[in-house]
Amino acid sequence: MAKKIWNRRNWVRQPKLIDPAYKSTILRNPKNPFIRVHLNNYSTEPYFSKSDIRQIDSDLTKNNRKTHDPIGERIIVMGHVRDEFARPLKDCLLEIWQANSAGRYIHRNEVHNAPLDPNFLGAGMTLTDENGFYKFTTIKPGAYPWGNHENAWRPAHIHFSIMGRGFVDRLVTQMYFEGDPLFKYDPIFNGIPDEQSRSRLIAKFSIEKTIPNFAHAYIFDIVLRGQHATPMENES
Amino acid sequence: MKKNILQQTPSQTVGPFFAYGLTSEQYGYDYPSVVSPKMIKGNLKGTRIRLSGRVFDGENNPLNDAVLEIFQADPNGNYGTKTNEGIFGFGRSGTGANLDHTYNFETLKPGSNAKTEAPHLNLTLFARGIQNHLYTRIYFPEDKSLFETDHVLKKLNSSLRQRLTARSTEPGHYVFDIYLQGKNETVFFDV
Repeated sequence: MAKKIWNRRNWVRQPKLIDPAYKSTILRNPKNPFIRVHLNNYSTEPYFSKSDIRQIDSDLTKNNRKTHDPIGERIIVMGHVRDEFARPLKDCLLEIWQANSAGRYIHRNEVHNAPLDPNFLGAGMTLTDENGFYKFTTIKPGAYPWGNHENAWRPAHIHFSIMGRGFVDRLVTQMYFEGDPLFKYDPIFNGIPDEQSRSRLIAKFSIEKTIPNFAHAYIFDIVLRGQHATPMENES
Repeated sequence: MKKNILQQTPSQTVGPFFAYGLTSEQYGYDYPSVVSPKMIKGNLKGTRIRLSGRVFDGENNPLNDAVLEIFQADPNGNYGTKTNEGIFGFGRSGTGANLDHTYNFETLKPGSNAKTEAPHLNLTLFARGIQNHLYTRIYFPEDKSLFETDHVLKKLNSSLRQRLTARSTEPGHYVFDIYLQGKNETVFFDV
């Protein structure tokens, strides 16, 4: 087996660790530099298969439906998970969680004065298929207020957790919606230093994928780190 | 060597409200967890261990909204071992399910996949305020004889090694606290 090494996290394009504009970063990130290590070989096969998860959990309008459909704008979020070499990654575990259409999270510690929706939990999961493709059906989340600064509101977003082929290939991020007026006020989004990188977290509305009389579609593609052979070895 | 074609998707904080999505069963939400703090699976044999600890910020307050993941080898030192209940070696625990803000894992002690390597758990940490998840490793005090040859630990002095070594409080129970800042700041890796 050819020895593979992982591309490093691209620190130039990642959010700063400590960023006074996002207050919670100040006491919660290390001050010493990271120590670079190379990992020993380990299996890079996916950890999950279809039998591990319920199919209904890719549809957040259904997986906690009690009596009625949840309130709000129904949307489809879809995309591909690939590595930096554009290779599709199959059987990646995607877990998402979000606020409801009123901007309220169901989490017990959340106190924002907006209504819960008894038919909506706001959590889902799925696996990518052979082509790295995934699709969720959900409700467009509302913006929600937080205490970082005076009149602080998070842009509408969906949290994404992606488990690729092991802990190196791990990503937690947030997906935003095209055209949100709150982008320029949000220190979490703007922790990412350059506009091009920020734009990778903005899902694009797609009229082609929109389903008539049913749901708007948004495209959100995800790129995980790639693996390459060591320079001593040939890679075709 | 191939050139990158696409750019990595940027990371963002896990935020404060991940529990019903990522750690639902541990926190008592009515939604299945596909990754759990109880990592022992099926017919895999080995030494059962419990691991717990807390995560402290720069003012020494424990975080009640962190989530930690373990990625580890099986007792023979192999990753990705299939069992009759799925693949062994990936677990997740939050720090907000208990009043003392501890995380807790039940697993099997890992083996090492080379004679020179000390058994360890790979730990990944996410929390509100952490925009890029943090990587560290947990070693076991009884394996000190391998610390000199372990390819990661040999880069570190004894004080830093100590920070990556769990305490054994009773047989089979290990405690590993994480310090995000300060004089005991945990060693974090760029992997």
